[in-house]
Amino acid sequence: MQTFNGLSLGIRSVIVSIAILLVTLGVWELSISSGGASAELTEYELLTGGGAPKAGVPPPSEVFVKAWEQLSDPFYDAGPNDKGIGIQIGHSLYRVLAGYFLAAAIAIPLGFLIGMSPLMYRALDPFIQIMKPISPLAWMPLALFVIQDSQASAIFVIFICSIWPMLINTAFGVAGVRQDWVNVARTHELGTFKTAFTVILPAAAPTILTGMRISIGIAWLVIVAAEMLVGGTGIGYYVWNEWNNLDLTSVIFSIIMIGLVGMVLDAVFGLVQRQVQYSE
Amino acid sequence: MTVPFLKIEQLAQRFPSPDRGGEPLTVFENVSFGIEKGEFVCIIGHSGCGKSTIMNVLAGLAEPTEGVVVMDGQEVKGPSLERGVVFQNYSLLPWLSALRNVTFAVQARHPDWPKDKVKAHSYRFLELVGLTGGAERRKPSQLSGGMRQRVSIARAFAIEPKLLLLDEPFGALDALTRGSIQDELLRIWRGSGLTVFMITHDVDEALYLADRVLLMTNGPYARVAESVEVGIPRPRSRDQIVEHPNYYKARNHLVHFLARRSKELAGREHATASGQPETVRFADPGDDSPGGEGADPSQPALRAVNQ
Repeated sequence: MQTFNGLSLGIRSVIVSIAILLVTLGVWELSISSGGASAELTEYELLTGGGAPKAGVPPPSEVFVKAWEQLSDPFYDAGPNDKGIGIQIGHSLYRVLAGYFLAAAIAIPLGFLIGMSPLMYRALDPFIQIMKPISPLAWMPLALFVIQDSQASAIFVIFICSIWPMLINTAFGVAGVRQDWVNVARTHELGTFKTAFTVILPAAAPTILTGMRISIGIAWLVIVAAEMLVGGTGIGYYVWNEWNNLDLTSVIFSIIMIGLVGMVLDAVFGLVQRQVQYSE
Repeated sequence: MTVPFLKIEQLAQRFPSPDRGGEPLTVFENVSFGIEKGEFVCIIGHSGCGKSTIMNVLAGLAEPTEGVVVMDGQEVKGPSLERGVVFQNYSLLPWLSALRNVTFAVQARHPDWPKDKVKAHSYRFLELVGLTGGAERRKPSQLSGGMRQRVSIARAFAIEPKLLLLDEPFGALDALTRGSIQDELLRIWRGSGLTVFMITHDVDEALYLADRVLLMTNGPYARVAESVEVGIPRPRSRDQIVEHPNYYKARNHLVHFLARRSKELAGREHATASGQPETVRFADPGDDSPGGEGADPSQPALRAVNQ
């Protein structure tokens, strides 16, 4: 115990994390294997097919085997219903990033306009307030009808769900730039564009990046649901397809992959956010 | 009478009354004064008399309700690089290093200069305020208050304006830091020929730095009531000015004005028609009239009105 306390907080937290992981996996593994093996079957159960192999929650060891198998060949393509995890995630990422950057391309300039103009701020506010709470999936039927393409509809759903946090945060960040800094720009005779790029953008960047980080998180949450609806490819479709196959090992494996990819996306934006962060 | 370098005429700032149809709220009116080229002028007044508004009008950041400001024969309309501003809260851009804060200004002033010329020029002014040897690469948040204000002063001097406006630049600093930056300010200003207009709350600071101190009455209807000529020769040193016969006379006059007469003279009824402040000048240093604690500095004997 003495030596443990002597270690740095970082190392101690890693040790505790690993311990929690091992205990959880251990309990999971033991509860499943003991539950299956020890139960004696009654004659009635044998008659009603109780002895037949039954789909159950797989133990972690099986998930590991599955993960190894999938990750050692992530890009295989054996027909529409059997593609590697890499291909599925690739499709999802493509949709997410396409919809997301489309949203950013509109939300950030528009947010700038709204933030710089009190008139536009007030005029557009009721629309934003109504559009913002709509579940992105509620747009799906309309998108499918109007766009008539499931791939584009999924991108549209990502677009519509990621635009709001970026729009609101950009407007908020731009409107909140300290008057002193704007006065610095004015006393140095900077034009509107120069002021926007050299003073307002860097001043509002941390708030804008926070909005972008929230948006990418929401986009990754929504893509799974969207792909369950549109089908065809993607990690969301993969989860649903494996559920239909009753392959729970794959379901658990893909759940973990969704979490990992989401974590990486968030970490990338966190890194960018740190680059533009400043302290007063 | 020649036209001064900077001429402020009949400046007034009024805000509409909160209740409809009521009399508008007048912060100050009839503010007129002139500043000669190369002069260092401080303005003192209680909070709420509109000093900062006057400063913002001079900077071109605010528009007065009435009146005009003419600098060097041209009416002041909007901000300009001819006027450098040092704000009380430094107003450095926190995402830029100290050096980049200065190059930011130099680039705005000389858009045609090549990068290394801008950098060299900025370095020169950072050196003047003693900010080199690595400190110039730090962000404002990594600098002390005094260092930040030094950067801010370097930035204002680096654009080589015709008029330097200082809005209580040392208000947030401790006394020792304030003293050393005051010395630096005087050192850079000396020989630059720059005209300086500075707001302060500190009587000693005004006497140490200024050629002339403008005194404002309390608001509403505030105005510049007096213009006190400090009359202490330069270069000044902190320990020697206190021995100058004018020092305590001027100091007492200022303290007395702030403590009592700024209130007594407040209101429209005391205003003169021209709006020009009354000039207060003290007897020659050679003439040793008593100017101790007990003397009333507002005695007519000490005044010379040159209108």
